[in-house]
Amino acid sequence: MATVMSPRGGGAGTKLPPKISTRNLDVYYGNFHALKNVNLDILPNHITALIGPSGCGKSTFLRCLNRMNDLIEGARVEGSVLLDGQDVNDPRTDVVALRRRVGMVFQQPNPFPMSIYDNVAYGPRIHGIRKRGKLNEIVERSLRQAALWDEVKDKLRQSALALSGGQQQRLCIARVLAVEPEVLLMDEPASALDPAATFRIEELMQELKDRYTIVIVTHNMQQAARVSQYTGFFLKGELYEFDETATIFTTPKRRETEDYIRGRFG
Amino acid sequence: MEAQASADSKATDHARGATFWSDRLFKAVVVACASVMGLLLLLFAYELWQSSQLSIRTFGWRFWVSRDWDPVRERFGALPFIWGTLLSSIAALMIAVPLSLGTAIFIAEVAPRWLRQPVSFVVELLAAIPSVVYGLWGMFVMVPWLRENVQKPLAQRFGFIPLFEGPAVGVSMMAAILILSVMIIPYITAVSREVILAVPRTQREASYGLGATKWETIRYVVLRYARVGILGAIILGYGRAVGETMAVTMVIGNRPDLTTSLLQPGYTMASVIANEFTEATSPLYLSALTEIGLLLFAITLLINALARFLVWRVTKGEGRY
Repeated sequence: MATVMSPRGGGAGTKLPPKISTRNLDVYYGNFHALKNVNLDILPNHITALIGPSGCGKSTFLRCLNRMNDLIEGARVEGSVLLDGQDVNDPRTDVVALRRRVGMVFQQPNPFPMSIYDNVAYGPRIHGIRKRGKLNEIVERSLRQAALWDEVKDKLRQSALALSGGQQQRLCIARVLAVEPEVLLMDEPASALDPAATFRIEELMQELKDRYTIVIVTHNMQQAARVSQYTGFFLKGELYEFDETATIFTTPKRRETEDYIRGRFG
Repeated sequence: MEAQASADSKATDHARGATFWSDRLFKAVVVACASVMGLLLLLFAYELWQSSQLSIRTFGWRFWVSRDWDPVRERFGALPFIWGTLLSSIAALMIAVPLSLGTAIFIAEVAPRWLRQPVSFVVELLAAIPSVVYGLWGMFVMVPWLRENVQKPLAQRFGFIPLFEGPAVGVSMMAAILILSVMIIPYITAVSREVILAVPRTQREASYGLGATKWETIRYVVLRYARVGILGAIILGYGRAVGETMAVTMVIGNRPDLTTSLLQPGYTMASVIANEFTEATSPLYLSALTEIGLLLFAITLLINALARFLVWRVTKGEGRY
């Protein structure tokens, strides 16, 4: 059994209990062993970046945290994912409730073909909030948190599909925030966006990190270096190295990590 | 643009000039193909219009609202047929749409993978049965069964409701409606299933990711995303129900009555044309039948136009509520 990759206490000296811990986590797609024995602790109110070449298992890992892999036929998950100490993979876990607590933002902006308002109100509505005033309040608060309110406040009834790619992605973030999750999983949230929109998303992440635990998968190493406090490096389904972001990018312990961040492969 | 292109081709080489020529030829051919279709449509409408002139001049607009159909005295009115066509097709749609959507959702979203192919296959097999076979089955199996087990009890118990008035004779509007709905289910199901399967996975994941259940995801995201396509599927089915001739003729009873009772025989526009063309000996009789054909043609066009309009409205009004 591999050692648990755990963030060190950091300069402040106070050691927070991890928000999410995985223990001996394995994922198989059919016969393909996609994730191999991953042991990782993720701290609350920090941004943890997961980097690695395509197909290294970082997205697969992310999708374990809110059991999105359930939706993929032939996927099998072994080991445990603990959210506040409770096993997410326990058959008694309410997946619907889990996904409320662990929200997800995807690679491609995927707003629903509805109005901007209805996109944000979708989550609260399915969770039973019907009152107009309450919904208005949630929609405004979420859009403000996602730094989109000023751009869309006069056209809430217009189709979300008319927004630009960057706005759509911030709308998707607002849509997730509307259900008040504790953890935000971001699967390459800026890879389909231009630099200006990417910058806005990164800025937004900094604002959100005080209130949420954020895990971001990214192909862009500069992005990982800019936004995150901790970075994990995945290769061929294994978590090769995990440390403070500054350490990973300056003095990585393993050859492979160094080769990757120096751009020698991937 | 074109001058530029030809100048370019001269400037370069011979082969490019030849390519350009073949492009022009290709364009001419496809334009011709497309025009033939349009011309055929116009010619078709014109011929129908010409051949119905006698009837149009004799009866005028009253042809549409008159319920007479008396070949002996040569008095013709199309209302019973228009009524029969609209009633049978709309009622068939009301039965077929929920069943088809349910089946399509089952195949696309609920059924385990190994069951999808067999179920799709069986449903599509229904579309491959010739309509005369449906008619035969309807006449010899469904109609007698309906008469004994459905119509008689209905007439006895609910005969006071206009919908179930009159004696239970078997061949009836009800039989036509049922056979039509069975015939259009495969079309609506197959197209809806394709449309539902085409909904991007990211849409479903977005919904699940927000803590939606499977039902909520299907109801609010998948069906919503697919709604224009589903509307298209329904209209395709409706078009078929309006024009279906053989099976309906065999079970509807062919009586030009304006009845509201599902137990009574009726008649449709397509059936009366098919049934009476060979007997139409007088020019006026023939012309009246042709005018019904013209009407059917016009109604079909109208349905299509309405469908276009609906699709346009739905797409344009994206997120209007």
